[in-house]
Amino acid sequence: MADMKDLADAIIKGDMKTAVEVTKKALDEGVEPQKVLNDGLVAGMGVIGKRFKANEVYIPEVLIAARAMKSAMEVLEPKLTEAGVEPVGKALIGTVQGDLHDIGKNLVIMMLKGNGFEVVDAGVDVSPDAFVEKARSSGAKLIGLSALLTTTMPAMEKTIQALRNAGVEAKIMIGGAPITQAYSDKIQADGYAPDAASAVDLAMDLVVA
Amino acid sequence: MANTLKINKIENFLYGKAPSVVRCGREVEIGAGQVIPEINFTLPMMTIDDKNWCEVIKQYEEIIDGVLKRAVRLEVPQLLVEFETLPEMTNRPQWGLEITRLLADKMDRCYRDYGLKSALRLTINDVREFNRPPLMRSGKYWGNLCGILEGSAEAGADLIAIESTGGKEIGDEALVNCDVGASIFALGVLGARDMEFLWNHITDYCNRTGVVPSGDSACGFANTAMVLAEQNMIPRVFAAIVRVISVPRSLVAIRQGAKGPTKDCAYEGPYLKAIAGVPISMEGKSAACAHLSPVGNVSQAVCDCWSNESTQNIRMLSANAPTVSMEQLAYDCRLMNVAASEGIESIIRLRDWLSESDSPLDPQAYVLKPEIVLEISERIIAQDNPYEQSLEAARSATEVLKRDSREGKVKIKENELKWLDMIEQQLETLPEDEEQLIEQMLQRPEFRGKFLPAEYGI
Ligand code: B12
Repeated sequence: MADMKDLADAIIKGDMKTAVEVTKKALDEGVEPQKVLNDGLVAGMGVIGKRFKANEVYIPEVLIAARAMKSAMEVLEPKLTEAGVEPVGKALIGTVQGDLHDIGKNLVIMMLKGNGFEVVDAGVDVSPDAFVEKARSSGAKLIGLSALLTTTMPAMEKTIQALRNAGVEAKIMIGGAPITQAYSDKIQADGYAPDAASAVDLAMDLVVA
Repeated sequence: MANTLKINKIENFLYGKAPSVVRCGREVEIGAGQVIPEINFTLPMMTIDDKNWCEVIKQYEEIIDGVLKRAVRLEVPQLLVEFETLPEMTNRPQWGLEITRLLADKMDRCYRDYGLKSALRLTINDVREFNRPPLMRSGKYWGNLCGILEGSAEAGADLIAIESTGGKEIGDEALVNCDVGASIFALGVLGARDMEFLWNHITDYCNRTGVVPSGDSACGFANTAMVLAEQNMIPRVFAAIVRVISVPRSLVAIRQGAKGPTKDCAYEGPYLKAIAGVPISMEGKSAACAHLSPVGNVSQAVCDCWSNESTQNIRMLSANAPTVSMEQLAYDCRLMNVAASEGIESIIRLRDWLSESDSPLDPQAYVLKPEIVLEISERIIAQDNPYEQSLEAARSATEVLKRDSREGKVKIKENELKWLDMIEQQLETLPEDEEQLIEQMLQRPEFRGKFLPAEYGI
């Protein structure tokens, strides 16, 4: 019998081979794809996420776990689709126009993926129009904007206006070193998070609630 | 580069004094005995466009007026002003040059009216990565970069610097994965090759015009690592090792003719001073307005210029932030210079206090401790090319941290010790030969398409 605890452990250890094997075995044995996802993969990433928040492990270890999860997901995804299981949510994340800083944005993407989100990476230096276009083509329910320069913060406001004017209804969250909750309120974003771990909580609140 | 250190004795490794002195601007002498404040500033939240341009100019006017007035009031003997362009100002060179002119004119007037000795450092921001993967040697962004460089003398810049980003396409990925081989590839292979090309170009221009080619910074690599470590994203020991790996890359600029002072955000500065004898600019506690660091005092121990890194032009209770920074730097430098005027024992005493107050507490501070800088520098220069030097830099930093944490000289957190072992294991697998490493890295699927080998002459 494939044990979901073994699967979660494989994710925690970043053991890609075992993660894929146990996933395959579980599916062969008829375990529901949803259960494999929640009790195996997401549970394992949850443990790593907690350890990271508690400063017990570092990002490289989280990334190794995330890669194991990704490999297992490749096996699991077709089954999830067959079973009609939707991802937690679909998000579109990018760095605003004029800004090339993307390490923070990439970490946010990684953490969202680890928590079951499907994420489209819009890249860097993304103009308001390009955000609108990508929001439409992806159908994302959540849009994340990142800015690290005081001189590109105004591009966030422009992007939000462009999205709203175009009738995009997705929730919008913002972040980056110079951003504050007050600024988020001012430009009428739906939320702000100071780091990648709290970005996940915020994303959950915004799309799942 | 010669295989001996320019400074090889700890009693000669002093703040304010460098084997090669830089003379520039309005009677400024750097490394000749005095520590000089270097003030840096940036815009508050605002858009830079045609509509707003007058407002942008007003901001810089307000900044420099406030800063110069404060410097005169506090009788600052010599002042370095750094103007770092924002991307819009590099991409439209006439904008960057207009602000350069404005600052230079104000500094001229202040020299005439009040005798304030000063020099203006123009730091060009590297816009080449607006193309992804970046074109390093041609195309629109390279053209913009050259545009601002070529107008800099006429606009009144006394020194030129750049924070170049060659190799960063791999560097970011290397950092978040704590991949020491990829870090060495990013800095010691790609970075070093780009620096050779870029600095050859810059010094060629400087030789024609008399502007001083000052230095580059591994900010995009080693300071990113430091910020990531401050956020508990990566182990501090890794950030410390990356700092040392960045040394050979920054040395390339000097080999191509850069004279210093090296960039303030280049915390690798003490290594550059020991190895090449150039004066260095550093930042630490008085740059907390820009980013936090665990090296606030030790970074000052052997500096020649002392900087605030950057601060937005926003109002504080006393004055605008750049003026506040000016005051802080002025007092920092006064203290150091008065100690220096009492003689070498006083310099050494203050230097060692600065060093000892940080270095036992964090591996990143420890690798900046003057004694450790000399020990590792010696090993770096025994190697021939930037790749071998970077490999040696990583090996010696790892070894020193292991050795001295065992001896209780530097505190390393329990959950970081295993990282030192893991990094050591990674280092054992790296080839001695650069070509082999290049081969290995080109094979790695995650790096494919991230950078263009031909742009690095590969
Ligand atoms: C690394 C770095 C760079 C690297 C970027 C590498 C990269 N690929 O991103 C390089 C060297 C290329 C660079 C370039 C420049 N930089 Co820079 N850079 C930094 C530095 C040191 C660290 C940024 C970083 O990566 N932090 C680590 C990550 C993990 O943190 P983070 O980005 O804050 O992200 C976290 C949170 O904010 C949040 N978050 C981030 N995004 C989002 C999005 C959402 C939706 C949510 C919810 C949360 C969230 O979660 C993340 C993870 O916890 C900062 C210093 C600082 N104080 O931030 C300066 C800094 C931002 N840079 C600065 C400047 C000036 C520049 C340049 C103009 C420099 C120049 N003159 O050459 C260029 C501009 C390039 C451009 N067009 O964007 C200034 C900005 C000043 C200003 N006016 O605003 C800073 C503050 C440095 C300083 N003190 O002067 N930079």
